[in-house]
Amino acid sequence: MDEVLLRSLTPSVLTILVRRGADFAAAEDAVQDALIEALRVWPADGSPSSRLRPGKGDPLRDPKGWLVTVAWRKFLDQSRADSARRRREDLVEEEPAPGPASDVDDTLQLYFLCAHPSLTPSSAVALTLRAVGGLTTRQIAQAYLVPEATMAQRISRAKRTVSDVRFDQPGDVATVLRVLYLVFNEGYSGDLDLAAEAIRLTRQLAAVIDHPEVSGLLALMLLHHARRAGRTAPDGGLVPLAEQDRGRWDTRLIAEGVQILQAALARDRLGEFQAQAAIAALHADAPTAEETDWVQIVEWYDELARLTDSPVVRLNRAVAVGEADGPRAGLAALAALDESLPRYDAVAAYLHERDGDPETAARLYAEAARKAPNLAERDYLTRQAARLNTGRRR
Amino acid sequence: MAKYLLLKHYRGAPTPVNDVPMDRWTPEEISAHIQYMNDFAARLEKTGEFVDGQALAPEGAWVRYDGEGRPPVTDGPFAETKDLIAGWMIIDVDDYDRAVELAGELSAAPGAGGKPIHEWLEVRPFLTAPPTIPECSVHG
Repeated sequence: MDEVLLRSLTPSVLTILVRRGADFAAAEDAVQDALIEALRVWPADGSPSSRLRPGKGDPLRDPKGWLVTVAWRKFLDQSRADSARRRREDLVEEEPAPGPASDVDDTLQLYFLCAHPSLTPSSAVALTLRAVGGLTTRQIAQAYLVPEATMAQRISRAKRTVSDVRFDQPGDVATVLRVLYLVFNEGYSGDLDLAAEAIRLTRQLAAVIDHPEVSGLLALMLLHHARRAGRTAPDGGLVPLAEQDRGRWDTRLIAEGVQILQAALARDRLGEFQAQAAIAALHADAPTAEETDWVQIVEWYDELARLTDSPVVRLNRAVAVGEADGPRAGLAALAALDESLPRYDAVAAYLHERDGDPETAARLYAEAARKAPNLAERDYLTRQAARLNTGRRR
Repeated sequence: MAKYLLLKHYRGAPTPVNDVPMDRWTPEEISAHIQYMNDFAARLEKTGEFVDGQALAPEGAWVRYDGEGRPPVTDGPFAETKDLIAGWMIIDVDDYDRAVELAGELSAAPGAGGKPIHEWLEVRPFLTAPPTIPECSVHG
């Protein structure tokens, strides 16, 4: 059985149930039950299974039809079981009949609902992965390293929060992009590759809405995903960009990311994801670290600072200035920033070493290691401090 | 989405406001305290923020490696140990502010006289996996 196919069918199965009059929360539960049943009974090797009862359709020939049938039956069973059927019928009567809708519009509405601004980031992420991504509660719980019961509660709570939101209410694509960005950034520590899942969901979104920032985010994800193999040493340590083996970068993903980005930029509606992707593309494009076009990267950071006014952007701009115009210029750019910014010390350490002051750099690297928000960065920064303290040059 | 460890120090934390040892409370006050802890955990399960929590026995042994082919050395308990962890809870919350808010609620558990203990809880963030998109461009 193709689990990714199963997941990709989830949004359209769910929206069919909603269009038939099921309320979103109940329909979503029913689809989840159908997915779990599919995982249980669908033949793993593609051969017909005797465990399939006749009358449910053939999951191999018509997987979507099978899912709709099973999910609808589960919805009806549940409605009867909790005697909520009456309430459901009232709801159907109260709401205007759904107008003609396409799969495309409905899928987009589903993204909007699951990223609704009334949801906290963690609940929007969980709901999106389940209702749009077709992942099971257990898979999501494992990916985020929390108990399944906790994740189940987080999802039910999220559904209660959006229960008054009309399914066809217009949404903001920016909120959806922020949720997908969060999923992508969670990375790939568990069995489930959340980065790959985020790419799949962003591709699916790009298929239902034509928006340059959706393309920008997709390009950004592809360009970073392409460098993934080069970012980590065999011992799990972080490899800085300048020392990465560029032969390990995925050139096919880079080419795709660059192409998507160029098409987006050509539309002249710049946004922060396009600008971030442009920086990633300039790195991906350089055959060696020395050939990086840092002057252009500084220009893109200027654009980004204009678009987001984020201190993280200005911090990274200081690094880029240090490469383009020398470490003194980088330190001057850094001096204008707040020293309490996360990673300020790490950037300062890097620039001071390049400026020929290993003592200050070692002290700042050690300070940065103490404040590092993740283990890989802390280990990297500690090694940098140790390298300088034992008198070794880069 | 960040995990925090809430540490309850049996000793070693600054003195709480309502500082009466537990064996001087009434049995009802002890029950009320335990009920508060259980309710707190149950409420966090409902909000989807609970990860784990355990109480620890106060007495522990110290163990260390003692060289190739030799059994580990055990020692203790050391009466003079300044710090002692009585229990911990792991929460998974949206941000630091929420972690502080919850620690504040846990610290309000009732003690002697049914009044909040105001005990100090230590809030420690977990070190995470590095983000897929590096925050610092040195790591590209």
